Order: sequence, then structure tokens, then C-alpha cells
Amino acid sequence: MIDVIIIGAGPAGTACGKMLAENGFSVKIFDRRAEIGSPKRCGEGLSESTQELIGKIPERCIAQKIKGARVYAPNGKYLDAVLDLGGFVLERKVFDKWLAEQAIKAGAEIQSNTFISSLIKDDGYFTGVKGEFMGDEFEEKAKMIVCATGAESPLRKQALGIFSQLNLIDSCLQYEMSGIEIDSEFIHLYLGNKLAPRGYVWIFPKGKERANVGVGIVPGEKKPKFYLDEFIKLHPELNKGSIIEVNAGCVPVGGLVKDMVTNGFLVCGEAAHHVNPIHGGGIKEAIGSGQLAADVIKDCLKKNDVSKKTLSKFNDLWWEMRGKRLRNVEKLREVVEKLSDEDLNDLADALKPEDLIEFSRGSKLSVLAKALMRKPKLIMLAKNLI
Amino acid sequence: MAWRIINKKCIKCGGCVSVCPFAALELKENIIHDEKLCTLCGICEKACPVEAIKVEK
Repeated sequence: MIDVIIIGAGPAGTACGKMLAENGFSVKIFDRRAEIGSPKRCGEGLSESTQELIGKIPERCIAQKIKGARVYAPNGKYLDAVLDLGGFVLERKVFDKWLAEQAIKAGAEIQSNTFISSLIKDDGYFTGVKGEFMGDEFEEKAKMIVCATGAESPLRKQALGIFSQLNLIDSCLQYEMSGIEIDSEFIHLYLGNKLAPRGYVWIFPKGKERANVGVGIVPGEKKPKFYLDEFIKLHPELNKGSIIEVNAGCVPVGGLVKDMVTNGFLVCGEAAHHVNPIHGGGIKEAIGSGQLAADVIKDCLKKNDVSKKTLSKFNDLWWEMRGKRLRNVEKLREVVEKLSDEDLNDLADALKPEDLIEFSRGSKLSVLAKALMRKPKLIMLAKNLI
Repeated sequence: MAWRIINKKCIKCGGCVSVCPFAALELKENIIHDEKLCTLCGICEKACPVEAIKVEK
């Protein structure tokens, strides 16, 4: 029997596997996809500061370096939210394989194209998985199972009852476009209730002529394709381009989970909704949560105790380190989604660009509350931020 | 009463799987639907970014 099975070789799974392997534990990571990192389900943006967690990202993983985010109000006025260290637009297919190789170098084993069909449970503990590789069924047993599947797996529901509520996901569609013209110094985020109800339209440049152009919206009558096509139609610099890849997905923008462990089982990364609720970014959150999971699991394995009670240290630590902050960001999202286009336009005049970065981290929400309170009809809403 | 997927439209993103409250969907090469678990609630149809799911009650 090996020590740990990890389901999912994305940023959370490989971060967790790498750290456990470095600590001498035997780790197997299974991934459903035939190619790790592909198809991407992501705008591919990442802050430079993520390198504090994973070390220097090789140049080949980076499609474009950026200064920050240019955020457009519905009337077209924009704020340039410059990140201190800047950021990247990645090539996820290269980046995720690099992360996987880091885990392998540390001693983990990874197997792609492997479908995990069910979990094995003995005496109240999760002890293994049943799966399929190249048409052959197999069983693998371990002391501990980590679910890092992303949101698109029923295993988290089967083990812990977790699923994403319809009103807490953004339904997304993205085209990777080539032959366009774009200011590649910034990622571009367009807000507005007509453009993208609750969500936003994004352009993440990969060079000056190529970009991920996408939209995320609250599920409603009209589908993301309608909004994305409308946006592109209105932007000549985009509509002269070609679509070289289509991506879709549903990203959790809330629904943070109180209890992420049970006997012999832990869920982390997007599967546990570890995603920033205002912008939907999840790579850095996933890596941080995978590493934290490994830290807790290694202590549990040393004590030979993977009971829910001992593993629940992960709940305590994650909520202390990330949960409280992300809950604040979720409150921010709940307020922003109620604002009219006129309110958003007024905010673009009232706020400073650096405020936007603080807000997205769950900080200084009182600054936003103050700006909203200038309008009597928004006072009640603003109180939710204090 | 029927759950139907239009495979020509489906992009295999698994969005429907993530919102299913009954774990009735799975993403393999295609979306797998378990009619024993499905209640035809229609949540998957609403979440689907590409109109690939039709639920008739």
C-alpha cells in the first residue's frame, strides 16, 4: 500500500504531491486528461508573487508578462491596477506539465489518462480508488486520498457532499484568438450588466496579436456565447481575428466549504472552491491549498492517524490563512453584483486604481463602502462591507 | 421526461458535473449520465455554457 493517492494533476494536486514526496512519502497522482494541462479551462493569468510558493517559473511557461489589470467601467473609463511585481499570462499546457515534472522530480508518480470511477471505503475510512487506465480497470490502495479534481467531479460530492450551487458559479466561454490587436501590457477586464451580468469580459494577451478572450456570467436566459460574440462584434480590433481554441467551464465564485476532510480523505483546490470569488482566479489559491494539505497530511501520516479529527487541522489552518479573506472577497462580489452600470461608472471616478487590487485581496473594503455611501440608495448595501 | 446531451455541442468542460446536486453526472470521454440518480432538476442545463443539455420534465 502506498501512502497517498491524489486525484487530479492540476496545480493543487501536483503542489500537494510534490511536498509529500519531498517529505519521503510515496505518492501517486492520477489525472483524467490524456494530456496534463489540456484542454485548459482558464484565462491563464497569474500574479508574479505566486513564485513565492513554487520558485521561478521557466520562461517557456510564460506567454506574456503584464503590469497589472486594466479595469473598464461600462462607460469605457478605465483604471490601471498595477501590481507591484506584475504578473504573467501563462501557457497552461506548458506550465501544468512543468508543475507535474517538479512533483515527479521530488519522487511522486503521475499517471495521466486515468479515470477514477469510485472511492473505496473500509471501516469508515477512505482507503483507495477504483479506476480505468487505457481500458483496463484497476484498484489502488493508500493510507490517504486527496481529491484535487477541480469542481468537475462527483467524487467530492460522494465523499463530502460538496457540489457547486448554480447561483455560486460563473458560466464561462473563452476563445483563444489570433490575428487581433491588443495592448499587451495589461490584462483587460470589462464590467457591465449588459456586457456580462455579474461577471466580466476578459482579454488576456499572449503577445500583441493573440489573446484569451472570454466571458463569465451568472447562469441565466442567455448563454455566455451570446455575450462573448456581442462583445467581439463591437470591437474591430478583435473581430478581424480568428478563433484558434475554444474553452468553456463553470468556475465557483463562492460557496466556501467549512468541512474539507473526513476519515482518510481531504479535498483541496478548486474542488473545495478555493477560488477568488471576485475574479475567479484559482491557480495560486490551488497551489497554496495543495501545499497546506500536504503539510497537514505529513503530520497525520507520521502519527499514523488520518482520522477526520486529526485531518481537520486543515480546515482550521485554511480558514485562518485564506478562508476569512476569501469570505470577505465573496461579500465584495455579493455587493458588486447588485450595482447598476451607472453605479459602476461613478465608482470608476471615485476609486483609485490601487484600491481595486486591495479589494480583490479582501482588504480595505471600507474604502469601497465609503464611496458607495455617497449615494443614499446604496447605504444599506454598503453596510454589508463593514 | 428525459435528460439529453447534444454531443456535437458539448465541449466536455464538466460544468454540469460541478453543479449536479445528486452526483448523477461524470466526465469521462463524454458526459456520463446516471438516470437512477438524476431527478431531472435541470440545474445542469442552466449551468451549461454551450447549450448542450436538454432536460424535459
